[in-house]
Amino acid sequence: MSGIFTKSMARNIFYGGTVFFFLLLLALTFDTNKTLPKLDNSGNLTPQVIAGKKVWETRNCIGCHTLLGEGAYFAPELGNVYKRRGPEFIKAWIQSQPTGAPGRRQMPQFNLTNEELDNLVEFLKYSSEINTANWPPNIEG
Amino acid sequence: MQYKSQAVAKPYFIAAIGLFVGQILFGLIMGLQYVVGDFLFPALPFNIARMVHTNLLIVWLLFGFMGSAYYLIPEETETELYSPKLALALFWIFLIAGALTIVGYLALPYATLAKLTGNDILETMGREFLEQPLITKVGIVIVALGFLFNISMTLLKGRKTSISMVLIVGLWGLAIFFLFSFYNPHNLVKDKFYWWWVVHLWVEGVWELILGALLAYVLIKVTGVDREVIEKWLYVIITLALVTGLIGTGHHYYWIGTPQYWQWWGSIFSALEPLPFFAMTVFAFNMVNRRRREHPNKAAVLWALGTGVMAFLGAGVWGFLHTLAPVNYYTHGSQITAAHGHMAFYGAYVMVVLTFISYAMPILRGRAANSERSQVLEMWSFWLMTIAMVFITLFLTAAGILQVWLQRVSDTPMSFMATQDQISLFFWMREWAGVVFFTGLVLYLVSFFVKGETKGANA
Repeated sequence: MSGIFTKSMARNIFYGGTVFFFLLLLALTFDTNKTLPKLDNSGNLTPQVIAGKKVWETRNCIGCHTLLGEGAYFAPELGNVYKRRGPEFIKAWIQSQPTGAPGRRQMPQFNLTNEELDNLVEFLKYSSEINTANWPPNIEG
Repeated sequence: MQYKSQAVAKPYFIAAIGLFVGQILFGLIMGLQYVVGDFLFPALPFNIARMVHTNLLIVWLLFGFMGSAYYLIPEETETELYSPKLALALFWIFLIAGALTIVGYLALPYATLAKLTGNDILETMGREFLEQPLITKVGIVIVALGFLFNISMTLLKGRKTSISMVLIVGLWGLAIFFLFSFYNPHNLVKDKFYWWWVVHLWVEGVWELILGALLAYVLIKVTGVDREVIEKWLYVIITLALVTGLIGTGHHYYWIGTPQYWQWWGSIFSALEPLPFFAMTVFAFNMVNRRRREHPNKAAVLWALGTGVMAFLGAGVWGFLHTLAPVNYYTHGSQITAAHGHMAFYGAYVMVVLTFISYAMPILRGRAANSERSQVLEMWSFWLMTIAMVFITLFLTAAGILQVWLQRVSDTPMSFMATQDQISLFFWMREWAGVVFFTGLVLYLVSFFVKGETKGANA
């Protein structure tokens, strides 16, 4: 870099640029929060869904699965599992784990109560109704 | 070593390396579980192993950052550390809290751990990378504040260089954005939105300041190039990093229920995110080419150059590969993401910490550089780990391309598990590359114990 461009100019551009783009991020965040209710299905955030989210979190489901594409890549996407499998299948599947099939990936048995299972399914239903701009590309997730 | 208090860095570096070994062991276990699904089940389910793998990574990098700061700040500020005792006390608190957390993960069902540690008071657990119990999170904040207090007080009483200013801005940013880990709204979209304020604004934001400052410091030391030149470069690099990276957060807001304008903001700005990493590569090579001295620590120079190249490849190129919204529509949450994650973390953050340790550890042990034999071994470990990581990334990328095709592009899409079966060959190859990585890591450890003739105490 030439001698005309000094260190203090570089420093000022850094602080100025950072402040500007951070403020832009805040502005976009503000607008996003205003727009979210149209997209995020928050109208269906029932006490059941909220309890289901807690079941989801306290069993560390994200350690194997993705939810809206985020998480671990060891087991299927669950953001749309409600649409792919339906409520009864999901409950029966969780209850019948682990399969014990030799050499196959295993899901732990979490011993969920019927109420916890119902809440979890409600949470997955709510998740599947979030407007995700048509992601995933197909039902397989 | 110019200042006595720099010595507190040493236990931090030792702990960092120890936890690094643990991280890789759990990585190997998980890699095997990808192909031998019931390996160690039910004693160690995949989700627990992954939590240990990623949390150890974060914690050992934090140990590395803190150790590096404790070493760097006294020399940059030309004054002893404000309180070496506090630094040592925080070291033990952080190490014990970290160890107890890992024991908790391994010994207890996660739901029980959550119940025992106050998750019902404030629900923060069970989110990727932020799985730590509430008390551990509070502990991290306390350690971070004590650390920042110590470093800031040192800076206040000493010389204020650009490198130390950038480092401290990065470290304060790290602590501040971690506070978002306590915010877990019931609304899943908001939860995800602000989760990225920790994860993205760390690794594609403030951590890049820390990375830049550590690299600039080591380059000044090993090349003898004028500080004014190096610090000017540093500002240019971190400007590019934050100007692209802040709005670049938008590349995580394509498919999680956020407004679709993020597809434009995210694509455009994150497409520019390779720029700071490219600048970093040019910077590292330029400075080494213009060196005014031949530093006896060749290994540290190699790590510094390697950081530039691998950060650009892993964070820059592999990030760009899937960052544009129309591409990401297909690759989101696939093995492509895993490929990028591995090389980016290794190339940027693992390598910069190893660069710093490579430079500082011999001096902490009373010599300018290790013996020729020790350095040769360390350089072997550099090549083994780095090449292994390149192959891990290539195999995961191949797996990802096939996965995307079979599961998402094809006219007759396969289910997730059927797809995984189809690509298991690549998971096997990844695992073998992981074994090579581990071999490199063992050589790295051995290099610390190789004796031989060393050069003078000061360089």
